[in-house]
Amino acid sequence: MFSDFDFDVIARSARYLLVDGLGFTLTLTALATAGGVVFGTLLALARLSSLPLLPRVAGLYVNVLRSLPLVLVIFWFYFLVPYIGQWTTGASRPIQVGAFWSALITFTLFEAAYFCEIIRAGIQSIPRGQIAAGQALGLTYAQVTTTIVLPQAFRTMLPVLLTQTIVLFQDTSLVYVISITDLLGAAAKVAQRDGRLVEMYLFAAAIYFVISLTASLLVKRLQARIAIIR
Amino acid sequence: MPMIEIAHVSKWYNPTFQVLKDCTLDVAKGEVVVVCGPSGSGKSTLIKCVNGLEKIDQGTITVDGIRVDAPETNLPKLRARVGMVFQHFELFPHLSVTDNLCLAQMKALGRSRDQAVAKAMALLDRVGLKAHARKFPGQLSGGQQQRVAIARALAMDPIAMLFDEPTSALDPEMIQEVLDVMVDLAREGMTMMVVTHEMGFARSVAHRVVFMDQGEIVEDAPKAEFFGKPRSERAQTFLSRVLVASH
Repeated sequence: MFSDFDFDVIARSARYLLVDGLGFTLTLTALATAGGVVFGTLLALARLSSLPLLPRVAGLYVNVLRSLPLVLVIFWFYFLVPYIGQWTTGASRPIQVGAFWSALITFTLFEAAYFCEIIRAGIQSIPRGQIAAGQALGLTYAQVTTTIVLPQAFRTMLPVLLTQTIVLFQDTSLVYVISITDLLGAAAKVAQRDGRLVEMYLFAAAIYFVISLTASLLVKRLQARIAIIR
Repeated sequence: MPMIEIAHVSKWYNPTFQVLKDCTLDVAKGEVVVVCGPSGSGKSTLIKCVNGLEKIDQGTITVDGIRVDAPETNLPKLRARVGMVFQHFELFPHLSVTDNLCLAQMKALGRSRDQAVAKAMALLDRVGLKAHARKFPGQLSGGQQQRVAIARALAMDPIAMLFDEPTSALDPEMIQEVLDVMVDLAREGMTMMVVTHEMGFARSVAHRVVFMDQGEIVEDAPKAEFFGKPRSERAQTFLSRVLVASH
């Protein structure tokens, strides 16, 4: 049956598939991971804070976002972000940010909730004595956090963080609901145009598979390399 | 004026369990005070109150004229001047030995990297570990780690040193190398408050020995008097047990 397939369609559309499609997917993954880790770290610190209201607010945020399907959040944010922009800047009309920014903001905010829980566990795995030692040397809360707690916590949780990033890489395919051309979107469009559905979806699956598998293997090697000698 | 002044300090872990009961204790400048007592007597908690790692509920603690328990006190600034050595060393495992010694010098005292490294090297030399400067804590033995921890505290040029059971997590053959460093420090006139069961150390360098039991300071006596004839029965019992165990 493979004789009926026309895999030339991949070569003909390679630029569109790999540069426009995969390029978007990787860019969105990288930026959303960076933003999500930063915001997730702040959320984790807020959840572990001893201040009165902060842990509850951060906890509510995390629990709400983790209880919603991602596709629904993408959809809602696509319509809501212009209004949030209007509300926060005081503009007279909703601010159109475009599908890319809408997707990036959504993934950052959504993934931050998941990263938060990973980072929180990482921070809690640091022995209390380490914090006491930092304090006893005259370091402030911020200095103890940035020079002692987070560097150790990130080493411990890096494998889990990267695994979550691989999940995020696959989840970016959900941007199809707002008609963005990511890898899957590009493949779908070529498939429709040339009538080559099976070839294109096989191709897309192969790319997702190869990248995810390679990334997992790298995570394993990295894990062995950065382990702290105790 | 004493360097460390603990006056009528009480602390509760919850409304029913009182860990410190009206403790009063002074450490003069250049004095070495050994605090001993059975486990659970509150001696570790008391020493952690001195630099504010533990909060107190009643009484006052003053270090070099500064109230540790006052809300307006800049605790990080005060702690930078008081060295502390922990039972489990608490070196930072992600930093090299040198960086362990330099971190707080640079962050809390604002020293340049060059100044901090020079100080670190001098102190590592002094504790006999200069050759290990580039290693990570996990590559050192317990005794070596504790000597690094002492050097790390000394790098801050402290006005006083607090030792919280510095040898009780060590294998027996490593205890002496750590005690040697502490004895040297004591002979140089460092103000020291030492929670320990090492009665040999107390005998050789302590000026005073404080005995705690069930959150109370039961006895506070000059060394000769304490080892000669402790007044309280509890101290006598404790002493006979510790001395039997160590001989």
